[in-house]
Amino acid sequence: MTLVWQQIVEGLAAGSIYAALALALVLIHRATRVVNFAQGEMATFSVYLCSQMLIWGLPLYLALLITAVISFILGAAVFRLTIRPVLDAPPETIVVVCIGLFIGFQAICLWIWGSDSAQFPRLFSSTIWTVGGVRISANNVGILVTLSALAIVLALVFRFTRIGLAMRAAAAERAKSPYVGIEVETMLTFGWGVAAVFGFIAAALAAPSLFLSPTMMMSVIIYALAAATLGGWDSPLGAIVGGLAVGVAETVGTTLIKSIGAELRLAIPFLLIGLVLFVRPQGLFGRADKARV
Amino acid sequence: MSALEVTGLAAGYGAIDVVRGLSLTVGSGEIVALLGANGAGKTTTLRAISGALKHTGSVKLDGTDVTRLSAAKRTGAGLAHIPQGRGTFVDFTVEENLRLGAYTVSDRRQIEEDLARWYGAFPRLKERRDQLAGSLSGGEQQMLAIARAMMSAPKVLMCDEPSLGLAPSITAELFTLLRDIARQQGVSVLIVEQNAHLTLEIAARAYVMEHGTVELEGTAESLKQDAAIQRAYLGVDA
Repeated sequence: MTLVWQQIVEGLAAGSIYAALALALVLIHRATRVVNFAQGEMATFSVYLCSQMLIWGLPLYLALLITAVISFILGAAVFRLTIRPVLDAPPETIVVVCIGLFIGFQAICLWIWGSDSAQFPRLFSSTIWTVGGVRISANNVGILVTLSALAIVLALVFRFTRIGLAMRAAAAERAKSPYVGIEVETMLTFGWGVAAVFGFIAAALAAPSLFLSPTMMMSVIIYALAAATLGGWDSPLGAIVGGLAVGVAETVGTTLIKSIGAELRLAIPFLLIGLVLFVRPQGLFGRADKARV
Repeated sequence: MSALEVTGLAAGYGAIDVVRGLSLTVGSGEIVALLGANGAGKTTTLRAISGALKHTGSVKLDGTDVTRLSAAKRTGAGLAHIPQGRGTFVDFTVEENLRLGAYTVSDRRQIEEDLARWYGAFPRLKERRDQLAGSLSGGEQQMLAIARAMMSAPKVLMCDEPSLGLAPSITAELFTLLRDIARQQGVSVLIVEQNAHLTLEIAARAYVMEHGTVELEGTAESLKQDAAIQRAYLGVDA
């Protein structure tokens, strides 16, 4: 039983990272109906920038802060330069643009920093507590707390602030929003910026254990896509629950069913998702029959 | 000086102009009707004036040229537009709709005062303040759409077919409200309507559109007497 609890703790920590990236995907999808496949690669690029600042001698937390700001600008710029011109084009066009961004950012990282894996420091201390036989690392707790704090701040901003209300309105009612004075494109740009910051945070949390490389986020984005599908593409809460569920399903499933082994562990969350979507095609927290015009 | 002055407006979808060379004015506190058959270009005209649709020609608001401003900025400048059909944000609560309406207002105290005023005017909206706008009846949604538009403290209010799909008694209530808004608050109102009969009761003047341009204009009284108008829009056999 202790082993299962241990796996749940590990799963929640990994799941938090999937959840943060899934949150970025859902924010963008809600606002612009785009599944941004390049979110993970953009995030990797941000972490490389942060790593470069560390090499130049900046303190870790200052570098993280500066990179978060740069990530916001990067996300906003990507929207303005590559997505906005094709926003009204068929979905296929946008998918191709996103694939282009995916390849582009990966290539830029490869070109500047090479393909060798690099170390990225842990954001939290390496202390480990033992609670009832379960080993809980300060790093895992830090990851969970970071995600919770981000989720709460985001929920409060969306619920109680003027700009949060305007961002939700611009996402839900693109045609009507100008009639109350909301510049929709400004809000969408802002949304892409916020999403890029969430992507960066996910990647910065993942980098210490995955090691920094141009393809670092490829497995994470697959889990994040799964998490968003599981939770529902319209629901930030769904992204978080979906991310945690995928993380726990992966670690616990691998432990309980020995024959699965490391090679097949990727299949477990997808089996789970298949089952959930069979019952609820819109995802756990998604809304059905939502055709937008 | 007119509250709204439109000169030589041309707009359309794609290469074809649906509206051509249209000019109209709305005086301060005046109610003006824009009448015409289906497809005459009434909705296109309103969408162009509000900036939702690209157009040529000029739009002046209280003497200020707003032609180069985006739709959102025109709202900020005092031009409110209630689009056809459901003019509300259906997935948002009644209160959120009203707060969205006040998005261009920076004075918080004024927002709270306006909220209290519109809740006072529509107790039903107050009762349903935490309900989603989409769950309201058609009449309640139209009231909410008007209150939402008024929250921006506009100089000019444009309504596209406010009576669409409403019961006659509710339509009458709605038109009384629009008349009061113009009379008591000095807001200029431009109404597009199929229901010419009722519209001419509250409007001072009207423009009649045909094939994308103004065919006829005059005071409501003179248009009510016009034989062609009676045949076409008032259901009177002359």
